[in-house]
Amino acid sequence: MSTSEIDRQWTTRLRRRVEGKLPPEKMLPDTQPTYVSSWIYVFGIATMSSLGVVIGTGCILALRGPQWWHGSAYGHFINSMHLWSVEIFFFTMVVHLWGKFAMAAWRGGRALTWMTGVVTFFVSIGAGFTGYVSQSNFDSQWISTQAKDGINATGAGAYFNVLNMGQMLMWHIVLLPIGAIVLTGMHVLMVRIKGVVPPFEEGAEVAE
Amino acid sequence: MTKKAFRPDVDAPKWKGGYSPYDIIKEGTIALTVILVLTLLFAIVFGSPDEKAITIKTWSNADPVDFVNTALSELNGTSTTASYGAPYNNVPGSGQAMGPLKLESWVGVRIPVNAARDFVISPLKSLPDQPALDQDLKTWSAASTTQQNSWLSAYGKAVTKVTIVKGQVVVNTTNAGPLPVMLNDLTQMARSGALDQALIAGHGFYTTDYTKPLLFIADSGYLANLASNQHLTGDQWGMMNETGSYPGQAWLWLYTFWYQIPPFNTSASGDALVFATMGVLSLLLLFVPFIPGLRSVPRKLKIYRLIWREHYQDSK
Repeated sequence: MSTSEIDRQWTTRLRRRVEGKLPPEKMLPDTQPTYVSSWIYVFGIATMSSLGVVIGTGCILALRGPQWWHGSAYGHFINSMHLWSVEIFFFTMVVHLWGKFAMAAWRGGRALTWMTGVVTFFVSIGAGFTGYVSQSNFDSQWISTQAKDGINATGAGAYFNVLNMGQMLMWHIVLLPIGAIVLTGMHVLMVRIKGVVPPFEEGAEVAE
Repeated sequence: MTKKAFRPDVDAPKWKGGYSPYDIIKEGTIALTVILVLTLLFAIVFGSPDEKAITIKTWSNADPVDFVNTALSELNGTSTTASYGAPYNNVPGSGQAMGPLKLESWVGVRIPVNAARDFVISPLKSLPDQPALDQDLKTWSAASTTQQNSWLSAYGKAVTKVTIVKGQVVVNTTNAGPLPVMLNDLTQMARSGALDQALIAGHGFYTTDYTKPLLFIADSGYLANLASNQHLTGDQWGMMNETGSYPGQAWLWLYTFWYQIPPFNTSASGDALVFATMGVLSLLLLFVPFIPGLRSVPRKLKIYRLIWREHYQDSK
């Protein structure tokens, strides 16, 4: 096999592209610009950490099935952890989002980083909502019967039936978590590739 | 590097300053530990709510009069479900609209629900060994629409004074044809728990679809009263609340906010208006990097000076 043939391979091209865009020192950096010194930066990693706890506790709940936590003290405790990790997740995510808005973090070719973050927020709202309507308790009865009107008004209710607990549970434990995890991964990779947005400095040169 | 006009809300300045040590793995480990400890603390101290789901059995035993009224509304077509329109049934003039966009109606009936048949007639037909009821059901089915409406009207006038005596529905009317027997038997069926099973198992032995029993329960006044007691109704900012004193979906505050003010809380298409408004706002948030004026807001607000205050102090 000739070198040129190897060079043309999809695998070779992809590897070189990844190596060029995301060398190890960018993927796992050991330094950062000195302006990255505010508590607001904590909320990005806090969001990811709470997402980890959300997924971990959700996986434990999944082990025993959707009805388990109603009749088990241990199951109920795991559900409590799931609930509170979700609350922390949204709190940290919203602070992270508005912090990044205040920094205009889309500057310097970071628009896609911003957009993947916003879409992750929307997907997370969907994941939270489907969790609430698949609890199989009074809360889910009330929330689903009220939410149907809004979703039906968009036409989506004909296909996304919030009264169908099985459908909602599948969205909650499969489709939306996959979306949230993939989007978070893309978001983090973009942050690593582009770096953290520098402070506003009028009259400065445009970065490469 | 090619020099071009610097756009402060689009371009980022080239960083020429220093770098400080940063241990990303250590930061991640500490963050995960702190979040885990916080989660454990909140779970231990506050727990989580789990208000038991209501059933048609609990509803019909707790408030049989409301049950009878709701069942009648399914038969005479005045219940929320019977008059809903798409995606459940065809009701001319029903459905919400976003201006000229009648998305609900355009999509059509995709989850067919015939309230009278599905919630009343079919469950009654499933009861075995009920010769009197069978005869009344035949009478009902054989009657003309005019005759059915006449019976429904007579029962409707009397139902305001309906009472439950020794578990039996007592309605003071003689002009309601087979309805007194039908609605009494449906109430008995509901109070025994058999109606729950009839509606839930409508698709077969295995099911995870609760559309029909939930729609039926939602037509009642009972569910709304319980929800109101738990501060869950729309005018109580219920969209973001949950049972008990828990924070609920606080991130839905903006969705919930619109339901508190006109025209959203007065329009017949209030839900459609709220979703359209939130759709537009969501698109603005998503595309803010490309929207002149909006993308300048952070620079003009100057909150960034607080975030990067050390950097600006060092730059002086």
